[in-house]
Amino acid sequence: MAQVIVVTSGKGGVGKTTTSAAFATGLALRGKKTVVIDFDVGLRNLDLIMGVERRVVFDIVNVIQGEARLNQALIRDKRVDTLSILPASQTRDKDALTKEGVQKVIEELSADFDYILCDSPAGIEKGALLALYFADQAIVVTNPEVSSVRDSDRILGVLQSKSKRSEEKREKVKEHLLVTRFDPVRAERGEMLKLEDVREILAIPLLGVVPESESVLRASNTGTPVIMDRESVAGQAYSDAVGRFLGEELPHRFLEPERKGGLFKRLFGGRAA
Amino acid sequence: MSWLDFFRTRKQADPPSASQAKERLQIVLAHERIGRTREDFLPRLQQELVAVVARYVAIDPGKVNINLDRGGDMSTLEIEIELPGPPQEVKLQRAAAAG
Ligand SMILES: Nc1ncnc2c1ncn2[C@@H]1O[C@H](COP(=O)(O)OP(=O)(O)OP(=O)(O)O)[C@@H](O)[C@H]1O
Ligand SMILES: [Mg+2]
Repeated sequence: MAQVIVVTSGKGGVGKTTTSAAFATGLALRGKKTVVIDFDVGLRNLDLIMGVERRVVFDIVNVIQGEARLNQALIRDKRVDTLSILPASQTRDKDALTKEGVQKVIEELSADFDYILCDSPAGIEKGALLALYFADQAIVVTNPEVSSVRDSDRILGVLQSKSKRSEEKREKVKEHLLVTRFDPVRAERGEMLKLEDVREILAIPLLGVVPESESVLRASNTGTPVIMDRESVAGQAYSDAVGRFLGEELPHRFLEPERKGGLFKRLFGGRAA
Repeated sequence: MSWLDFFRTRKQADPPSASQAKERLQIVLAHERIGRTREDFLPRLQQELVAVVARYVAIDPGKVNINLDRGGDMSTLEIEIELPGPPQEVKLQRAAAAG
């Protein structure tokens, strides 16, 4: 049986798709059979971030509506052979997804994969609810900023009341906090919520902290999940998070401003890789 | 910003805003978390209170003001109901008596 993991946040644009792509690739790089599903029907983007946009023929809606078989819609990644992508539809809306349809897809994938990652759309409407409904675990992506933290808290409430596990009164969805776009310099100056503040307020176990990094944009430009960029601090932070997810004990890195460059570098620029 | 400003802003910077962010979040979430398990009773409370008052005096629904301030230790619910002046009949009787 596969573990179903939802990558969710409530708020839009905080880094769910970036995280889904990185995390799925990271799990696959460690030999886990992984599939990542784009639930953002109508606003498909995971295909671009994964660099498979030119290979999309069918999507999850085609599968649910019986227009294509699951195998035809799955895209095998060319870099990591244990990784597959199930794209969202670009032309239909979220109503094309049904609980029964999604359940069938997940059950079928369960037979072949170790991990099924669900990249949730923003909001707490139908698409987001379906993305989290079947989850065993949740990665709650949060930026250190008031509206993101509030929406994460809200989505935690939804996980605890509207997921299948909660409806069936089974053991609750395992929650992980992933703080992204963290800027250690601004946090130290008191301009941005500190990591400790976010942890204290949301009170769920911390899986990782991904710093704000230019490499994320570069990675999306080329369609390469940022975790494949070994030089990048964001890539390394994602890699650590995947390790922790699989039970490794790794200290959190990139929490303090870099001092290497000294005053000169701090004054005249020099940004994180 | 000139290079001199770098030293100036360091000295007289605004108090860091992150601590305000934290405090505000803690308060709003404390309230929202309650609302999740218990239905928000305020709309009903307001309706019922106004209904009670309406049993004694005729009130104009447009002249009911409700303010809520959710605080950390204490919240205040302010309901301001503008009551009409003396009843019309009284005024008329007075007029009759005078005339
Ligand atoms: N660690 C980071 N450093 C810098 N930029 C980042 C980081 N993480 C994400 N971004 C940028 O933030 C933007 C939003 O990211 P992404 O698309 O992953 O968010 P999302 O939560 O999936 O958005 P949506 O809610 O619209 O689906 C992108 O431009 C991405 O490049
Ligand atoms: Mg997205």
